[in-house]
Amino acid sequence: MKSDQLRYDLKIIASWIKPESKVLGLGCGEGDLLFWLKNKKNVRERGIEIEESKVVKCIEKGISVLQGDINEEINDYPDNAFDYAICSQTLQQVYEPSNLIHSMMRVAKMGVVSFPNFGHFNVRMHLAFTGRAPVTKELPYSWHDTPNIRVLSLNDFQKFSDQVGFKILKRAAINTKNTNRQGKMVTFLPNLFATYGIFLIGKE
Amino acid sequence: MSEYTDSNPSGVSVGIVKKRFFTFAEPPDKMKLESQASIGPVTIAYETCGTLNPEKSNVILVLHALSGDSHMAGYYAPKDAKPGWWDIMVGPGKGIDTDKYFVICSNIIGSCAGSTGPSSINPETNKEYGTLFPHITIGDMVEAQKALIDHLEIDSILSVIGGSVGGMQVLEWCIRYPEMVKSAIPLATTTRHSALAIAFNEVARQAIMADPNWNEGHYYASKKPGMGLAIARMIGHITYLSDESMRLKFGRKLQNRSALSFEFGAEFQVESYLQYQGNKFIERFDANSFLYITKASDYFDLAGQYGSGSLVKAFSKCKSKFLVVSYTSDWLYPTYQSKEMVKAMKKNDLDVSFCEIDAQWGHDAFLLPSERLDDLIRGFLRRASNEI
Repeated sequence: MKSDQLRYDLKIIASWIKPESKVLGLGCGEGDLLFWLKNKKNVRERGIEIEESKVVKCIEKGISVLQGDINEEINDYPDNAFDYAICSQTLQQVYEPSNLIHSMMRVAKMGVVSFPNFGHFNVRMHLAFTGRAPVTKELPYSWHDTPNIRVLSLNDFQKFSDQVGFKILKRAAINTKNTNRQGKMVTFLPNLFATYGIFLIGKE
Repeated sequence: MSEYTDSNPSGVSVGIVKKRFFTFAEPPDKMKLESQASIGPVTIAYETCGTLNPEKSNVILVLHALSGDSHMAGYYAPKDAKPGWWDIMVGPGKGIDTDKYFVICSNIIGSCAGSTGPSSINPETNKEYGTLFPHITIGDMVEAQKALIDHLEIDSILSVIGGSVGGMQVLEWCIRYPEMVKSAIPLATTTRHSALAIAFNEVARQAIMADPNWNEGHYYASKKPGMGLAIARMIGHITYLSDESMRLKFGRKLQNRSALSFEFGAEFQVESYLQYQGNKFIERFDANSFLYITKASDYFDLAGQYGSGSLVKAFSKCKSKFLVVSYTSDWLYPTYQSKEMVKAMKKNDLDVSFCEIDAQWGHDAFLLPSERLDDLIRGFLRRASNEI
């Protein structure tokens, strides 16, 4: 896969990962990011993915991946087994996010967390004008069938870091185009205008 | 394992293969077994497909299950009705690609398919060993295979692959020879038998030993304990299937009749199927081999043998990359048993991939055509050979 084919948010995450490091991908899907990191940055990769068909795609690509629930599977790794644990666009689907972040900080030196921003202008407008639970491009489900049970804004994550006890080392607020292949950084009022937030976190 | 390979639907085949033999441990240098008994000489039957590259870095060792043999792929002769037992997986362009890899399948010690086993002639008595054959373990099977691999002057194995009892040998190889085994694919297997698995094996063994022809295992000069062996095979077949596969395959359908006939014949199709499988088995398998090999699989316990009860410790010296595969409907070695081994591998920071394939065919699913398994094995082997 060429780097320009990598989704914009994944490209930013990839740029934060040091070459030759060891990376755990939580909910790694078909392994696009891990595949890119393995080939371009020579990382040693491990992925966890719950869907059988996606696990097969990862293994076909030559990615080391385990089928299972990230909340359980992460528990078996030794402390500091990884340089990075990446949770890309999955945190909003996790039942106990603080437990998962604790586990990430246990098994890895640093973590990367990204999620759709529930503070975005469109989300606010949707609720304000329709009076119904927001449905957006980034969070496209209705209230009754959504896997996104823990929607949060960039500001929420900031506050969460103080409560749970981790440090935010780096952040990127981004706005992506339709295909998510292209996008741009948002510096002006990010909690209002960014569609996604990406955070590099470390231990306190 | 059952026999599924009745034909070769793809038409692609490795072609004509030869059954080869290797004999070692000539007395007085007998092979020492885990039971402390010794045996010699020992012959191992094997088959090879593909070509060994000059660097000798493309070796794959395939290990068969309980009732398998060294004939994994291709045909012995052009007019053979059936190819080898894993012809769907091993061949040109297949999951285990014989255009790329040099694939060896070794028969196990204790078997009756060309290797030394209870039906072989004991040189000390000039009669078949019968139950004078020493007890063997999965470790002994691996040591005999290791002697073969040494004889072939191979010192590195790209991947060791096997399902069920073959998967036990895979795990044993990785623990005994961590430097040699670069990667491993244990399929539908376990690190130790559950009480359920031992129970089924014991009922099967009792069926053989209760056959009036069994004669304490010394039946080679007279009638064989065919009925006992057939019943043992029928029990095995129940464990290889699943509730779902039996419901779909047979349900309560009747065999060659439209109504119940109130007799003790095979009225239901499932009865007829089991009887057919049992009778077919006695033509090709030795009852004593069945006793010895099932016992070896019951003895198998990696945590007990290598970890003082800890599976994590048992895998602590391993270095191979692993691809562990289980099947949703396997009730002989259910997924939780594969997950236990994966967990122990993770705790040792081993490179392990795991996939639970959704399949309704029970334990035997690994022997059935599956694009999913082909893709998994092909992708994993490609990575293993790139990262060697």
